[in-house]
Amino acid sequence: MNALLHLWLIPLAPFAGFLINGLLGRKLPKPLVTTIGLAAPLVSLAVVFTLGWLLPAQAAPLVETCPQPWIDAGLLHVNFSFVLDQLSLVMLMVVTGVGFLIHIYSVGYMGHEEGYARYFSYLNLFLFFMTVLVLAGNALLMFVGWEGVGLASYLLIGFYFERKSAADAGKKAFIVNRIGDFGFLIGMFLLLANFGTLTFSEIGARLAANPGWQGGVLTVTALCLLLGATGKSAQLPLYIWLPDAMEGPTPVSALIHAATMVTAGVYMIARTHVLFDHSPFALGVVAVVGAATALLAAAIALVQNDIKRVLAYSTISQLGYMFLACGVAAYSAGIFHLMTHAFFKALLFLAAGSVIHALGGEQDLRKMGGLWRKMPVTFATMTAAVLAISGFPPFAGFFSKDAILFAAFQHGELGRALWAVGLFTALLTSFYMFRLWYLTFLGEPHDETGHPHATPWWMLGPMVILGLLSIGGGWIGIERFGALLTPATGKPVEAAGGHLELLLTGAAVVAGLLGLLIADRLYRQRPAAARELAEALPHGYKLLVNKLYVDEFYGAVVVKPLQAISKFVLEWVVDVAVLGGAAWLLAGIATLCGAILQRWQSGNLRSYAAWLAAGAAALLLFVLVPWMSVLTGLSLIHLGVAGH
Amino acid sequence: MNAMNGSILTLILLVPLAGAILTALAPDRLKLPNWIALLTTLVTFLLTLHLPAHFQTGQSGFQFEVNRLWIENPAINYHVGVDGLSMWLVVLTGLLAPVGVVASWNAIKNRSQVFYALFLLQQTAMFGVFISLDLMVYYGFWELSLVPMVILIAMYGRKDGPKAALKFFLFTFIPSAPLLVALLWLYARTGSFDFTALQNAIAHGWFPAAGLYWASLAFLVAFAVKVPVFPLHGWLADSFSEAPVALAMIIAGKLGLYSMLRFHVGLFPEQARMLAPLLIALAVIGILYGACLALVQRDFWRLMAFAALSHLSLITLAIYGLTLTGWQGAVYQILNHSVVDAALFLLLGVLYDQYATSQINAYGGLATKLPRTATLFVVASLAMIGLPMLNGFVGEFLILSSTFTGVSRGWAIAAALGVILGAAYMLWLVQRLFYGQTSEMAQAKPALDVRFGQQAVLWPLTLLMLVMGLAPSLWLAAIQTGVHPPRAGGVAAATQSVLPISLHGEDLR
Repeated sequence: MNALLHLWLIPLAPFAGFLINGLLGRKLPKPLVTTIGLAAPLVSLAVVFTLGWLLPAQAAPLVETCPQPWIDAGLLHVNFSFVLDQLSLVMLMVVTGVGFLIHIYSVGYMGHEEGYARYFSYLNLFLFFMTVLVLAGNALLMFVGWEGVGLASYLLIGFYFERKSAADAGKKAFIVNRIGDFGFLIGMFLLLANFGTLTFSEIGARLAANPGWQGGVLTVTALCLLLGATGKSAQLPLYIWLPDAMEGPTPVSALIHAATMVTAGVYMIARTHVLFDHSPFALGVVAVVGAATALLAAAIALVQNDIKRVLAYSTISQLGYMFLACGVAAYSAGIFHLMTHAFFKALLFLAAGSVIHALGGEQDLRKMGGLWRKMPVTFATMTAAVLAISGFPPFAGFFSKDAILFAAFQHGELGRALWAVGLFTALLTSFYMFRLWYLTFLGEPHDETGHPHATPWWMLGPMVILGLLSIGGGWIGIERFGALLTPATGKPVEAAGGHLELLLTGAAVVAGLLGLLIADRLYRQRPAAARELAEALPHGYKLLVNKLYVDEFYGAVVVKPLQAISKFVLEWVVDVAVLGGAAWLLAGIATLCGAILQRWQSGNLRSYAAWLAAGAAALLLFVLVPWMSVLTGLSLIHLGVAGH
Repeated sequence: MNAMNGSILTLILLVPLAGAILTALAPDRLKLPNWIALLTTLVTFLLTLHLPAHFQTGQSGFQFEVNRLWIENPAINYHVGVDGLSMWLVVLTGLLAPVGVVASWNAIKNRSQVFYALFLLQQTAMFGVFISLDLMVYYGFWELSLVPMVILIAMYGRKDGPKAALKFFLFTFIPSAPLLVALLWLYARTGSFDFTALQNAIAHGWFPAAGLYWASLAFLVAFAVKVPVFPLHGWLADSFSEAPVALAMIIAGKLGLYSMLRFHVGLFPEQARMLAPLLIALAVIGILYGACLALVQRDFWRLMAFAALSHLSLITLAIYGLTLTGWQGAVYQILNHSVVDAALFLLLGVLYDQYATSQINAYGGLATKLPRTATLFVVASLAMIGLPMLNGFVGEFLILSSTFTGVSRGWAIAAALGVILGAAYMLWLVQRLFYGQTSEMAQAKPALDVRFGQQAVLWPLTLLMLVMGLAPSLWLAAIQTGVHPPRAGGVAAATQSVLPISLHGEDLR
């Protein structure tokens, strides 16, 4: 392979961009900031595609390891090693490709914002960590990228940090992700304890040598990793941060919170699939979590009125599909959907951003309408994306969703039940997407929306490209795509089942059509019907509008009790009353002694020293004996307990 | 330069001492004491850099050693030397001294010659603690390190200095007395204060087991208070609130932790093994307890105090886990924690000097007014909460993974929960100080961002956090020659049978 093409160039270019714009950006002229901000992802993109061109389909992975180890202590040896195989290649193409388009879009969208350089430096920082995550050859290096993208997300969600809601949302995202990272961390400890290594290829080799090793500790490890994945990919029970993350600038929502970062969990499961393959139970959990999240989030999306929140719940729901795919061991189908979803969901956010931009920041669907005439390009691309996500042929989403549902159906009884959930979710998806589409573009224009701004071509260009990808991005088909990934995911796609496949495809399309028809009926033919329906089912509607009260539940069960216990039990009772009281008792006696002695002394510093010394001397005998015996007693008790 | 190897440690001890005397005599004009102190600390720092430059990495045991008879009866030797365990701690002490001077530059306005003289004396004492290999000399430096601290807290406290000083004094001086008694008992049986000699004597069973147990306990309590270990942390929050920034950044942690490694586990391996389960439990309690309390503090000094309790307890956990990887992680984490804490204290000092309050609620929205302060604070906070690529992560990972694989899964999982809480209280602090609407107080006063001098130490510290996170081998290479956790079933087979716990795993090389 070409000697000049190094894998480390891929993350390094955005890191350089981050450093330059982050440290000097405020002093540089704006065109230069733009150039640097765009050049960084372009270099990565060029390297990725050149390597993709050169890497033969069935070739062994390309590995690059830094000669200096990162950590080398005791039994722990971790290298900086990058691995390019078919899986990381596809992921990198999505990350750098969609990433670059969104960088371009940002030039138009963020052009008038303060902190333009800061924005681009954060965006480049994100690309750096994301490419590290994807290329990582061991779990610890992946964790670097994993936490790093969380950091970039924290910084970008809180980009408008003067707004309390934005700062709150950034913090919430980071902390909820930390709960997931806790799982990832424990998972790594278990890998270390059982395999003695964190390198993916060595773990794979060791498992391949012991094909009979099933379940047990592997299940626990896989479930710990799954906890990490649910945090990053916003699945049950940790999905609550993603809707709030919409406080960030819209291009950020498109890049980080739709197309790339949130798919890291899916990627991680695909990367460590050998573990999951050895634990049917863990796989089942993945599938159930995915299907349940898909359904739940789609249900919540039905009634949201903020355009970005609808899309956020839709993202959670679509990620649920990808988890479902991984859970039925159809990793290539999951990655296929990851790719097509990146196209159409990024586009949906960018189009929504275009609408929001045109309306001067308005995000409420109820205040939109009739925009199709005024924003023809946005309308056309958005329509392509809506058709893609709703699963209509021949748009991209059709192929990938179909592949997932087909794989689920063939995965035993559980798979069939989850297939039904997935099918119903497809109906809901189609409904809420067309609801959004009708409310935004059709109907009567509102007064406020009378004169929308024109959308610059910086923004429209990327939307058109993503529109084309939303149409044709799935034409490669799951058979060829799966064959491409086989060296990495090791699971050949099952042969198409003739009539059965046709039947299932038909069912999925019908579900999509049904969703479209209901949306058409409620939002075009009888606009009042939606409200009537909501009034007819007040409880269900309220439950969904309030997002099933999950945030309130966590607040009441975790956050508030923790604070209350910390404040009242730990601080007031233990620290102030018990420990502080004991200390003050000592201090009081010492002060008394000091006061007596002070009569014979004058002079500030000397008297301090005197009463300190005198107090200590007096106390020494009293304190020492009980203190020591308490400690000894404690340890003796402990020894006694441990001895039996 | 190698000719200096024999005298370098003595120089490191004497230069700050000479600086202290010079500062005390200097007139309090033209910031003369400040300049003398700065120069002294910079020279000392350069001297400490001689150690890593000439350290023989492949070689275990003490280097740069000096051993001369000082007093014949009782037999006290001037015996100093460093190994992989203490070498970087000496450099760290050297590094943080100029940082402390910069932090005090504008904060200390009156009687500055007293302040800097005592500050430099404190430096000498800390160097002495790290390099002394004669226990009597060590004890002298240990006590000496407490005196300037007490006086400075009393003199320069923010609101109620004397009260905090008294508390610090009571907590730290009283346990020093049994430490002395135990020391004298060891001397009485061997006629030597020499570390290596005593270590051998103990290993070869010269002492009755019960007596050793009590002696080790006396050592332990003295060190545990200084770290501090839960529940002996009562002095910490008050001292953090009152102590000048330069002292707050060195008051907790490294002296006690180093002493535990060298003089508790190092001298009394069997007794330490007996006490290990208790210490491990207290450490994990300390991690979670400190984190929970940090979550509800309204004063940022107190928040930092409980955060420190939490982070230092993690190091205590590693020490009493008695694994090789854990010990490397422990020493590394002492360095990391000190560097990060120094940066955070300096930045909080910048805020306190301008707004004269440590109530977190009074702040808000400072990121627009103080962009550099905000950026540096965020980076240091991220290092503190263990973001990979910054230094805190490497230490945390070494400690937690070795605890998990070599000590106990349950305790490791409980300790790892502190990782979540750590992110919560630090990010919440960042948010309340720097984000959101600009508070009334911040609007009312003009704000000065970090000054040149402060930047001159803060940017290198920040860079250091990054380098220590990316290339820990630069430090670990020396550290691993100096850490020797006691081996299970190693030294005294007779006492083995009464050992109820077995620490399995990786501690056997």
